[in-house]
Amino acid sequence: MNKIDSWLQSNTFHHGEFWDLLKLVKAKEKKNLKISLCIPTLNEEKTIGKEIIIFKSALMDRYPLIDEIAVIDSGSTDKTAEVAAAYGADVYLSADILPSQGFKRGKGENLWKAIYQLEGDIICYVDADIKNIHPRFATGLVAPLIYHDEMQYIKAFYDRPLAFSQGVRPSGGGRVTEILVRPLFSLFFPELTALIQPLSGEYAVRREVLQSIPFPIGYGVETSHIMDVYMKHGLEAFGQTDLDQRVHRNQATLDLGKMSFGILQSFLNRMESYGLVDKFPEMSNTFRQFQAEGNRYEQVLKEIVEEERPPMVTIPEYRQKFGIEDSATG
Amino acid sequence: MSGNNKNDTAVASVAAYRDKLESLREQVLADAVMIGEIPAPTFKEDRLVNFLSDRFTEEGLDQVTVDEVHNVTAILPGKTGEKNILVAAHIDRVWDSSIDHTITVTADSLIGPGIADNALGVASLPMLPVMLQTLGIEMDANLILLGASRSLGRGDLEGLRFFTDNVPMTIGAGVCVEGVQLGRLSYSSLGMNRCEINVSTPEEQHWESWSLSGAIITLNKIVQQILAIKIPTVPKTSIILGSIFSGSSFNVPSTRATLRFEVRSEEPGMVAGIREEIEELIEMAIAEQRVDVSLEVLARRKPGSIGFDHPFVKAARDILRGLDIDPLVAPSISELSVLIEKGIPSMTLGLTNGDRKHQLDESVQIAPVFKGLAQLVAVLQSIDQLLENE
Repeated sequence: MNKIDSWLQSNTFHHGEFWDLLKLVKAKEKKNLKISLCIPTLNEEKTIGKEIIIFKSALMDRYPLIDEIAVIDSGSTDKTAEVAAAYGADVYLSADILPSQGFKRGKGENLWKAIYQLEGDIICYVDADIKNIHPRFATGLVAPLIYHDEMQYIKAFYDRPLAFSQGVRPSGGGRVTEILVRPLFSLFFPELTALIQPLSGEYAVRREVLQSIPFPIGYGVETSHIMDVYMKHGLEAFGQTDLDQRVHRNQATLDLGKMSFGILQSFLNRMESYGLVDKFPEMSNTFRQFQAEGNRYEQVLKEIVEEERPPMVTIPEYRQKFGIEDSATG
Repeated sequence: MSGNNKNDTAVASVAAYRDKLESLREQVLADAVMIGEIPAPTFKEDRLVNFLSDRFTEEGLDQVTVDEVHNVTAILPGKTGEKNILVAAHIDRVWDSSIDHTITVTADSLIGPGIADNALGVASLPMLPVMLQTLGIEMDANLILLGASRSLGRGDLEGLRFFTDNVPMTIGAGVCVEGVQLGRLSYSSLGMNRCEINVSTPEEQHWESWSLSGAIITLNKIVQQILAIKIPTVPKTSIILGSIFSGSSFNVPSTRATLRFEVRSEEPGMVAGIREEIEELIEMAIAEQRVDVSLEVLARRKPGSIGFDHPFVKAARDILRGLDIDPLVAPSISELSVLIEKGIPSMTLGLTNGDRKHQLDESVQIAPVFKGLAQLVAVLQSIDQLLENE
């Protein structure tokens, strides 16, 4: 079994494995861990209230798994802060945290400042735009960190049911993942293709890791994290959890273009910082996608070799047919 | 009488209950949201039944079961356990699974299809043991919690009927819980027939008679004749025309038309009399217009009441006044009628104020919910004591 397959078996979970919240709370208390939930926001009044009540009721009131729920806001002009505070979240304005470092507008800024503001040994980040919010969005991510000391960074992935007619279905990330990030990882960091949804906005990470990596403030934050954690700790540090469906706003293609641009910037910045820009690692010809059968995920490998043909004008038969003199080739 | 003293205790305490129950706000709202987001059209309540059954188990209730008609029940054992009080909420909703069931939480309200009817009412069931524990109340009687299936429309209260026909213990009292409106106090049920008239006309008609033919024309005549039926104001009687479906275009006479309506009355026999008049109208239409018309009775209720002076009703009125709420006395045609028919003294209560019932943006106010829940607990506490003293 190759490394990716064995990692998929040992480090990929389904949230259903962690249904026993009492057991999870006991394990957390035994390890004396503190867990913070961080929701970065910018004008999310329609969904934030629901997220807070679902997390607070299930994971603070009923099962004391989460020690603090914090909303870190970039300066919403709607009622996001008011609604979140009304239901008991700690609401912080990003600009008020670490004022000596100034304020930059972007989700990554909020995630970065959360490390300073929050107390947890584990910080679980959850986006605010999830319509079908459920406690699993936090429990599925923190549970592997509670049960597995060697894991550092747990990503969410979701079932996106594309049309399929048999037991095996294609499984993948969003459009930007499939069109940009997976091809890039396949070329330069094949092991990272084991992450089914590298760009998902939900992940739980240990403080020691968070405090030691840089944070792009825009679209590139997730890609950059993954590359940095991989270079420092290897694939073993990651885990991923299937959280089933996630319903959220669909983004327009133009917005995905902006996102891709940001991700490419971060990717190339990371390559530069690793000294890889002028000495690319050997590019792999294997493209890696996923298929799923039930809850079992396996990679589908395709050899894609972009062979090249020379300019037609260099081909003798062509030259002869069209009567091109040797001097015409320049 | 000691029962009165206990009742006084419940009345005196109800305002304090409300304040204490506010500490459970996120739990109550989270249950209402999660319940509301699970589609539960009548006859397809399975997913909600599973959720509710898990919640009952999670709260440590006894005998959590799902029966043959998909009712979900659980028991919170009482101190003596000699009497049984039923707390029921219908779990089915009017919405098809295909619509977006997302519930939005604002600072002061919950908004989404079915949140008032009856996601919030259902949410009160798994929260009851938590509320009683928070308030330090132990009942003498067993509380039987029932998420009743197949209640609405063609369901015709099948869940509650099955339960009352087959439950092995004697039920001393029943309380039905609805999301809205707070202050509602129903202790009587109306006689009711829920009917559907279907008209069908031949498909081939001469184009010259197009403007005079078609199922819509026939149904329109029947509607006019129904409206001409003389109905008394005392005893209160009404014919409610609920919905009409027909046709598919601008320029082709419809060959099918359906009218759904209810006849309601406080007077025994009145509903049947009016229905018979409508049946005669239909016979006449068939004879005169040579069309096919049928009337189907989808649901029937008998009128009944436990009376304004019933000790349970008096206790509920006192409790509502203890919360500065004027009771809205209104008869019911839903679950209550089955319980009263079975001789179980019962009432229906609402939990909060809400708007736009049965619309996609149905909403309930959050702040009054805690008054509504305090009312529910205090009423159960009073009933418990009244039953003990019987």
